[in-house]
Amino acid sequence: MNNMLNKKLQLNEHALNPDKLKSEPTRNGFGRGLVEAGEANDNVVALCADLAESTRMQDFKDTFPKRYIELGVAEQNLAAVGSGMAAAGKIPFIASYATFSPGRNNEQIRTTISLNKQPVKIVGSHAGLSVGPDGATHQALEDIGLMRMQPNMTVLVPADAEEARKATIAAAEYDGPVYIRLSRAGFPVFTTTETPFEIGKAQIVYESDNPVVGIIVCGSLVHESIMAAHNLSEQGIGVSVMNLATIKPLDRDAVVAFAKQCGAIVTVEEHQCAGGMGSAVAECLAEHHPVPMKFVGVQDKFGQSGEPHELIKEYGLDSDSIMKTVEQLVKKNA
Amino acid sequence: MHLTDEQIKKLELTANDIRQSIVDMLEDAGSGHTAGPLGMTDIFTAFYFHILHHDPKNPMLEDRDRLVLSNGHIVPVRYATMAHAGYFPIKELSTLRKFGSRLQGHPERDRLPCMETTSGPLGSGLSQAAGMAYAARMDGSKWRTYCLMSDGEQDAGNIWEAAMFAGHHKLSNITGVIDRNNIQINGMTEDVMALEPLADKWRAFNWHVIEVDGHNIPEFIDAIEEAKAIYEKPTVIIAHTIPGKGIKEIEFDYTWHGKPPSTEDEKRFLKELRTLGGTIRASDHE
Repeated sequence: MNNMLNKKLQLNEHALNPDKLKSEPTRNGFGRGLVEAGEANDNVVALCADLAESTRMQDFKDTFPKRYIELGVAEQNLAAVGSGMAAAGKIPFIASYATFSPGRNNEQIRTTISLNKQPVKIVGSHAGLSVGPDGATHQALEDIGLMRMQPNMTVLVPADAEEARKATIAAAEYDGPVYIRLSRAGFPVFTTTETPFEIGKAQIVYESDNPVVGIIVCGSLVHESIMAAHNLSEQGIGVSVMNLATIKPLDRDAVVAFAKQCGAIVTVEEHQCAGGMGSAVAECLAEHHPVPMKFVGVQDKFGQSGEPHELIKEYGLDSDSIMKTVEQLVKKNA
Repeated sequence: MHLTDEQIKKLELTANDIRQSIVDMLEDAGSGHTAGPLGMTDIFTAFYFHILHHDPKNPMLEDRDRLVLSNGHIVPVRYATMAHAGYFPIKELSTLRKFGSRLQGHPERDRLPCMETTSGPLGSGLSQAAGMAYAARMDGSKWRTYCLMSDGEQDAGNIWEAAMFAGHHKLSNITGVIDRNNIQINGMTEDVMALEPLADKWRAFNWHVIEVDGHNIPEFIDAIEEAKAIYEKPTVIIAHTIPGKGIKEIEFDYTWHGKPPSTEDEKRFLKELRTLGGTIRASDHE
């Protein structure tokens, strides 16, 4: 059996050896990408609700002080001022924590950005349980659902800091509203500057010769899923992994082809199972190619304080839990 | 920029024509808001027939002044005024709120040129106007941004986030206008959620405040000119208006906030407007 990383993606050669990978939060990649986007286009402006350092907008603020706009702790205003600036020809990135934006200001995003078709880029940092010690109030677990339900919205969940950098640049070039979901905690950087990224394109990152289950995953848990798939494949249970960095518009052809190839799907995300990426995949497959599915995600609960790795384990999102879920699905299908 | 008596009279008669269109289109639509649009007709007339730098034949004129309507529910007055100003045929007003119409129940930017924003949910128009004004200042553009708000809308926290933002950033190229008609859906504003002292609230947020009679067109235009001369801060004009203005039987009646005239109402209302409140004779000819 030949189990391997997808060579075409030019992933880090140590991708299966996390000890040798740099760990970094996706918000860092966003911070670098925003400066690059700002260098490429003078119309890129940054708006922040009093969280410049922790959303990593600080680099942009330092580099382009006149194009950085201070909003204070006012997320409703953040979204709607962003809309107004877009109406006047700017490409605004608006940043806060995901619980506040798109959490608190959901209606302003709906009316003034999505319905109003203004190309505002909404950056929700500190998404997921891996926010850690701040606890449940700050751990956004419903933002993918909120954003993917809005017509005209594109939803991106980068898998590592490098992909976040590319997603940020792509979002700046994309003519429409975009939501980018980011993590606070560090996760292994397994892609490289050579790895392709395109909005709307899913990527099979890990391929088993003879897959019996396919994992579809986004964001911080992509690497965790690769490790789970690798361990299972080495044990003779073929598992492939798809990185679904764009939740919307969903790469339907790729998802359906992957389901056909694997015959069963496990979705993995740091988000409520209800309404998230797994739901998006299930909606697609139920209609176009139904296969047995299981969902790894948060099961209708709020988070709590703790270290990211403790919470990921407690809520059943670590590679052991992913492996168990895959094994259950294999057993059920046998 | 002082208006001659003749110019003032012309604007007032235009406003009267627009009020007739509003009554007509609301009766056709069978739903919608009556009091607010009639109360703001004089101000809309002042904007489209005197104040705004705009071109109905080139609605997306790059350096046009931006008029943001935050309280989208009074959009019939905007549609009617724009039609009278030449943006689109007056007869299209009869499509208000109907399937396939460009004249949506609440305004949508991409359906009709020059709407500037999509609005209806209250409280976020001033933020959008502030974003436009900020961008204009960054670019050194001379166009001005105007934001029309309702008084009931002042209940919304988003308004005060925007007020604080524009005050902090000294966005003197924005002028807010509050339709102070004292009514909202549940009753009088001071009973539902007291706003007074409203002018002091805005002053405390670092805005220059002017209070005017919202039916006195030259007074309103003077206030707009005063706002242009204030460079240190944004200006808000609190325009005291009469909801339902022009139709005596519905003036000040908050129950007319959110309903249209019936066919019978329409006949009476149009007669009152066409005879200038009974001061002149008008034919019964429809």
